Amino acid sequence: MAESYTLKLRRYDPESGDPAYWSQYDVSLDPERSVLQGVLNARDDEDGSIAIRCSCRAAICGSCAVRINGKTALACNTQMGDAQAKAGEGNPIVIEPMSNMPVIKDLIVDMDAVHWKKIQRVVPWLLPEGDPPDREYIVPAEAMIDVTQTMACIQCGACVSACLALEVDPDFVGPAASAKAYRFVGDPRDGQHEERLKDLAEDPHGIYDCTHCFACVEVCPKDVAPMDQIMRLRRKATGDHGIKDKNNGYGHEHAFVNIIERYGTLHEPQLLPRSFGDGSLIKGQTEPSAVKQLIENFPTVVRAVTAGKVPLKPHTILHPKLPDQDKVKTIFKTIEAKDERLEINMYIIGESAEDEAEGKPETGGEA
Amino acid sequence: MKLAYWPGCVSRGFTPELHGSMELVAPKLDLELVELDRANCCGAGVIAEHNQELADTLNARTFAMAQSVDGAAGMMNICSTCQGAQSECQTRLDASSDYRQTVNSHLSDENLAYEKTAEFWNKNFLWLLVEEIGLEKLSSKIVRPLEGLRIAPFYGCYIVRPTERLGYAEYPNRDKYLDILIEVLGAQPVEYAGSHKCCGFPVITMNRTTSLRQAGRHLADAIDAGADCLVTPCPLCHLNLDMQQPEAAKYVERDLNVPVLHLPQLVGLALGLEPKELGMNRHVVKTKEVQRKVTQLAAA
Repeated sequence: MAESYTLKLRRYDPESGDPAYWSQYDVSLDPERSVLQGVLNARDDEDGSIAIRCSCRAAICGSCAVRINGKTALACNTQMGDAQAKAGEGNPIVIEPMSNMPVIKDLIVDMDAVHWKKIQRVVPWLLPEGDPPDREYIVPAEAMIDVTQTMACIQCGACVSACLALEVDPDFVGPAASAKAYRFVGDPRDGQHEERLKDLAEDPHGIYDCTHCFACVEVCPKDVAPMDQIMRLRRKATGDHGIKDKNNGYGHEHAFVNIIERYGTLHEPQLLPRSFGDGSLIKGQTEPSAVKQLIENFPTVVRAVTAGKVPLKPHTILHPKLPDQDKVKTIFKTIEAKDERLEINMYIIGESAEDEAEGKPETGGEA
Repeated sequence: MKLAYWPGCVSRGFTPELHGSMELVAPKLDLELVELDRANCCGAGVIAEHNQELADTLNARTFAMAQSVDGAAGMMNICSTCQGAQSECQTRLDASSDYRQTVNSHLSDENLAYEKTAEFWNKNFLWLLVEEIGLEKLSSKIVRPLEGLRIAPFYGCYIVRPTERLGYAEYPNRDKYLDILIEVLGAQPVEYAGSHKCCGFPVITMNRTTSLRQAGRHLADAIDAGADCLVTPCPLCHLNLDMQQPEAAKYVERDLNVPVLHLPQLVGLALGLEPKELGMNRHVVKTKEVQRKVTQLAAA
């Protein structure tokens, strides 16, 4: 049954010279109908000047991503009833253009200026080594399953809009392009894995600029989980290729892991020098680049000590090990000694896999 | 209520006032905390980035220890990051019995095993306050309503996203709990852009500019919205928002100087504990003005 809704649209036309403004429209449609339909009704019935981009209306083409009540989503994939519930009873449903990209008009943003530029930056095509085989490439099925998740991307830009690192650093390569990079780094036919990883690890706005905030994971309509792909890129960069980047990505990971392997819990005073020294405490206090960074952090340390936040006591300086640290260490040794890392991909097995498969879901090994 | 208690690393390291205040607040709320003092770091997402099986095993070890605490209603943590990292591992462990078996085989040396049961839960103090203790009970214990204090909530990414993994299907209001709680404690929640955004801490050693611009921007937004202080359930957010605040100020090119409280400190104030015993004199950004307002309340 049709219900009444109020849509509050952010309107802006850069060519007009006027600032952005809000317009409200009352629409009547079934709660199961999409927010996109609501906007189109408002355009058709009330104001023909409303601009929104759309095509398939079935969450396939990726054209209609907008912010609905502050959260980026495909307008065609969001029901009016749900949008109203999020907005709260009696409140209008707020619809804005995506963030982190310039507005062309109203709800249409310039994808070329940001999203596509970043996709191009990661060389989004296969770079095979040597001549192509006489017939087709033969690859193990598991390897292709591994990249399936990134192939599900419909280039809607929702993750780019939600990215909190991009908000403060527009140069960040961003979630969509990173996921695209994994699409090729995870593909056994590609011959440039190390070059790709090195490129993204050494770039100050590359994979180590991701702040691990899950915003992209939350909004992706296709469960691509771009942040998870960034973590896999990091894992391959450090674990498989041993790339020691100048952004301390390798250093931070190794510092953290080494400290936990040694003590069981985190010892913060070691984290900085070890991070600056590729994981090594000595290197982190002697190499010129590391020393420079330590000096940069010195005022913060002094403030913390002066405030009494970090007491200068033996247990602060000499971190105690856990009572059963030898057991924890054994866990590290056993797992790290494996030839292949065991990785379970929720995208492939699904969260309710166990119930469906009666305890026999597949687990996948990561090459 | 008896609880297996995982304080985390940072709450006993660089923010000792957090663990300290939780220990004082617990008896006031009839919580009996059994500290998991043999448990290991949650990995904070970094160990999972390095090796998933390793991170899952380390957290399975902690869960197994929590499950063996006799009579415990569940497990509690006081760190958004622990919550997120542990929930992530638990989701994978719960998804496959084969995988669980592999992970548990690493723990057999210590006679530990994580069991998937409907009864076992792991909740941040924030969730526990609302869902297990209940706001009514909390209200009945308040001796000093924090009237007049304007408080900006800062949730921390790890307990707000991804909603699918963090129990939002069952508890859809988890992203509003801090706001609700601030009101229950008698104070006024401040609405501002940064409440659910990232503090920047995870990249402080990898991209200082991104990290401190994030922290600085949210602090500035909270100040502009009229906040007397911020409150956070995450000690890592606290490090970037409090300890790094003078540095963050340089990156956003303006004065900041707004105190940041830990959640148990704020609850403790309302329950009648004194700022000093809650470690409020051990912050980098001085909490004097908040203390003055709170002490005035006591006198009124």
